[in-house]
Amino acid sequence: MATQTVAVPEKPRKVMKKEVRNTLTAYSFIAPNFIGFCVFTLVPIVCAIGLAFCNWDGVNAVEFVGLENFIDLTTDKTFLAALKNTIVYSVAVVPLTMVCALGLAILLNQKIVARGFFRTVAFFPYVASLVAVAAVWNMIFSPSMGPVNMLLSALGVENLPRWAAGTETAMITVIMFSVWKNMGYYMVIYLAGLQGTNPELEEAAELDGAGKWQIFWHVTLPQLRPTTFLVAITLTIASFKVYDQMYMITQGGPGNATITLVYYIYNVAFVNTPKYGYASAVAMVLFVLVLIVTIIQFRGSSNDN
Amino acid sequence: MATTAVKTRSAKTQHTISMVIIYIFLILIACLMLVPFVWMLSASLKLNKDVFAFPIEWIPSNPRWKNYIDIWTKIPLLTFIKNSAKLTVIVTLLQLFTSSFAAYAFAKMQFRGKNALFLGYIGTIAVPWQAYMVPQFMMMRSWNLNNTHLAIICLQAFSAFGVFLMKQFYEGVPSELCESARIDGLSEYGIWARIMLPLSKPALSTLVIITAVNTWNDFLGPLIYLTKTELKTIQIGLRMFISQYSAEYGLIMAASVIALIPVLIVFLSLQKYFVQGVASSGLKG
Repeated sequence: MATQTVAVPEKPRKVMKKEVRNTLTAYSFIAPNFIGFCVFTLVPIVCAIGLAFCNWDGVNAVEFVGLENFIDLTTDKTFLAALKNTIVYSVAVVPLTMVCALGLAILLNQKIVARGFFRTVAFFPYVASLVAVAAVWNMIFSPSMGPVNMLLSALGVENLPRWAAGTETAMITVIMFSVWKNMGYYMVIYLAGLQGTNPELEEAAELDGAGKWQIFWHVTLPQLRPTTFLVAITLTIASFKVYDQMYMITQGGPGNATITLVYYIYNVAFVNTPKYGYASAVAMVLFVLVLIVTIIQFRGSSNDN
Repeated sequence: MATTAVKTRSAKTQHTISMVIIYIFLILIACLMLVPFVWMLSASLKLNKDVFAFPIEWIPSNPRWKNYIDIWTKIPLLTFIKNSAKLTVIVTLLQLFTSSFAAYAFAKMQFRGKNALFLGYIGTIAVPWQAYMVPQFMMMRSWNLNNTHLAIICLQAFSAFGVFLMKQFYEGVPSELCESARIDGLSEYGIWARIMLPLSKPALSTLVIITAVNTWNDFLGPLIYLTKTELKTIQIGLRMFISQYSAEYGLIMAASVIALIPVLIVFLSLQKYFVQGVASSGLKG
């Protein structure tokens, strides 16, 4: 009797203790990453939102100006050029990269000799140092002496394109570079997606007499829908953040022909007299753009389920 | 009988033809991907005046190996490489440890506040670093961390992405494994170290490739934070060299080749895990 009455109240306490201890252990797992993440990511994010409504040169006191920065943006020609260029770049790069990546993935998903070699080759530009690769690109596409223009002139082309130095061709040059450099990465994501598709469906369609193109269009592609969606979103967000390719190939020029939002943030905040508040206002525009795409992704993936 | 034989034969030739077309196409693409690198290698062994000679001399008749000797004295390339290597190793190790550690709790443990915490985490993946780099820089500067490697480490070592990637992978590991280990008296830390870590090689390799490549190739971060020459990374150093000696084509290409080699080594040694890792970590959505 006595032992029973002791045992009854002790049991929930033990369970409680175990739960608390379990939670503490779990937090100890999360803590190393979470503390660093809070200090170096979460806090700056909150500050960035606040700073967008202030003026600050880093020396004098922070001054609250309300929506002034955002109102100034609407008449800022450089900002509008940067916004336009970022969107133009994204609209071109996203579909081009997707088509190339999917094409490569389908070719390299077949049983062919030296498949690993071809995959590695296609992926390599993605991991290669951007500075190094951009340096080669600049030389190869040099308007006056580069091998590309030499080849074109040997073929009899008269008005040789000025590539990165021409107002009209600068953006095209950067876009070509981006597609070339990044398609290998998205190819790998597509390859992973293709491995998740059901080959029996394709075989069945083939037995029914469907052509290769029909099988691709009506059987393979629908199965890749989640992958295509992910690639589209990742690519769009990455395109909105583009900066270093322009910095290395065109320096944002000629004029403002290839300046982007992030390039402009960098210029406003770190070049000449710093205007941190104004830079943060531009950053908020970038953030809203990315947020819109993320919401679309969220909607899309919950529709899938 | 005869018709089927003809049919299979024609199907066979058709198959051969399509294979030939595929291979020609693939070889063309491989060339397109590789030509810039071959040109880089070839130009790195030439005199400046020969770099742009046309038609291109792919294999220099008189290779100028001296470019690869001169580059080390022209700029402190060794310092740049050491800096990059140091940052890459520290960031990658920290990233692997903190991400897999946190991911274990999110994937395999039950505790209060788990879902809210995780949502807060992945919510910030969508916020581009470029949107908050300005206040982050101000904060680091107020702690006197600008012009230190510590700033770059803090910047990159704690990512929500790493946690997300590892969690996706851990969720695919059967929970029964952890349960039976718990019954055997293994602590949570023990389960993480002895069961989860050895099982997660593909995901870890993916994270190593992504983190190491990103850190090694990062440009904007070091550009903002590291202004002293002795602290610069290979990317910033290389860029500085290119803008200072823009006409030293041979040397620029030699330095570029050197900057590519470490990435090539990491990539080639881990690449067999890569597709597998991407597939199993749910990066495909």
